[in-house]
Amino acid sequence: MRDLHLPLNQTQRVRLEAALHELQTLAPAAASAAAVTVADNIAVNHEDNILKGHGTTDQDGEVVATLCGVVERVNKLVYVRTLRARYKPEVGDIIVGRVIEIAPKRWRLEINFSQDAVLMLSSMNLPDGIQRRRTAVDELNMRSIFEENDVVCAEVRGFQHDGSLHLQARSQKYGKLQRGQLLTVPAYLVKRRKLHFHHLEQYDVDLILGCNGFIWVGEHVVVREIADLKEDEQKLSAEAETFTPIETRRHICRLANAVRVLSALGFTLTVELIIQTAEASISSNVEINDMLGAEFYVQTAEREAKRRGDLLGKKR
Amino acid sequence: MEYVNPLTGFRVDGRRPNEMRQLKGEVGVVSRADGSALFEMGNTRVIAAVYGPREIQNRSQQQNNKEALVRCEYRMAEFSTGDRRRKPKGDRRSTEISLVIRQTMEASILTHLMPHSQIDIFVQVLQADGGTRSACINAATLALADAGIPMRDIVTSCSAGYLCSTPLLDLNYIEDSAGGADVTVGILAKMDKVTLLQMDAKLPMDTFETVMDLATEGCKAIATYIREVLLENTKQLECQRG
Repeated sequence: MRDLHLPLNQTQRVRLEAALHELQTLAPAAASAAAVTVADNIAVNHEDNILKGHGTTDQDGEVVATLCGVVERVNKLVYVRTLRARYKPEVGDIIVGRVIEIAPKRWRLEINFSQDAVLMLSSMNLPDGIQRRRTAVDELNMRSIFEENDVVCAEVRGFQHDGSLHLQARSQKYGKLQRGQLLTVPAYLVKRRKLHFHHLEQYDVDLILGCNGFIWVGEHVVVREIADLKEDEQKLSAEAETFTPIETRRHICRLANAVRVLSALGFTLTVELIIQTAEASISSNVEINDMLGAEFYVQTAEREAKRRGDLLGKKR
Repeated sequence: MEYVNPLTGFRVDGRRPNEMRQLKGEVGVVSRADGSALFEMGNTRVIAAVYGPREIQNRSQQQNNKEALVRCEYRMAEFSTGDRRRKPKGDRRSTEISLVIRQTMEASILTHLMPHSQIDIFVQVLQADGGTRSACINAATLALADAGIPMRDIVTSCSAGYLCSTPLLDLNYIEDSAGGADVTVGILAKMDKVTLLQMDAKLPMDTFETVMDLATEGCKAIATYIREVLLENTKQLECQRG
């Protein structure tokens, strides 16, 4: 299986296979029936005029898939939802990206899309928080806001007519991310939700699930009001020298490893599941570095199978 | 040398004339790539990795900005052949095969859906035992489908030859170097269109047709197998996702 090249012993292999098989039986039969590969025919009723969406094409009057994925039907629309593909942005998505270039008045960000995204200087809040025209001085000082290789959180603003993707960061919650880990997972594992920023109070950790499959696990930062900013500035410079406490660092690593395990097993990443996995590792006294060992993978798969089984049982 | 036993009708490696070597395809072998695959045809073993669609790295290579740029690099590992020899990167053989693979794959990729981007295909031969060109195309197809790149159809490729007045399917290294004709065919499996046809040596018209038909049959068999692998993989991913 993908990303999963583990030194499993005989018992672990059997257990993992059993758990994965369990998951397969638990999945609704419709899901596996709707799976298509490239050039498969999609059965449609031609009498009601259907709309062909993403991943489909017309060949001799038949609707044919051009991707591997799952057929979804919404009223008249028929499309193929891909599993392992690059991120497809939608307006309003919260994403995490990495700055790769500073161009005039803009930053270019790598966001796992087919092109680099553009964050304009004019579409983000300045650190002093004042709304004003961006001057040439601001343009020269762009590196003081984001440098190359910085990790940035932003929102998808929209597509320009030439097809390039524009981002915006017009709030205090967006901006540079520091003191943490960036994890990249396949984009299909992150579902669009109302909330993508999570503050896990018990760990004092921020978790950002970017829709593009970039996940940030970092030390919690207090979002300051603009008015307080000036007063805080002195504090901030003093704070910069203090380090993240070792306890928080451990929590960051533990959560990051939980994300790694879950994404390698191909489970949808939700906050609840990530916390559960981290909690389970604590309660069964698994060291942080042992979380990436074979035994914990098997345990996680088994736990997930049990959880989904319980959920299904409740529904019935 | 006898390549087909006149008594039993078996070939040097014990196959029947119209029998293919054993196929094995595996998806998702390179963790950092967007899509990757390992493809085996008997002892020929090829690994393919696909990166993209991603931002164009070298703007001067961009021909038009309405379509994606497809690039391909073919390489033979030093340990892939019997004699261990350092293979320079830009030799004529690998440049030619890179070009062939690129053109074959480009015919099926829907490049107009991904403007301003490029797709990189890297194929490396791990074990060479004849038919590396075909194996590379098959591996590249698997990897592209795994990367979620929209394609018109599955491209598959298979070779066939003509030795001892018998048409032979899927030549291995010994048969390949026998000096007979070697026909490599690549088809779009469902649309039944030919995207690649190469032949070294000459064949009479009517024999050529039987040999090509044999190769086309082989391609279709490979396509069925590749689709099985992809469907299995898709189902597994969807089930685990929950």
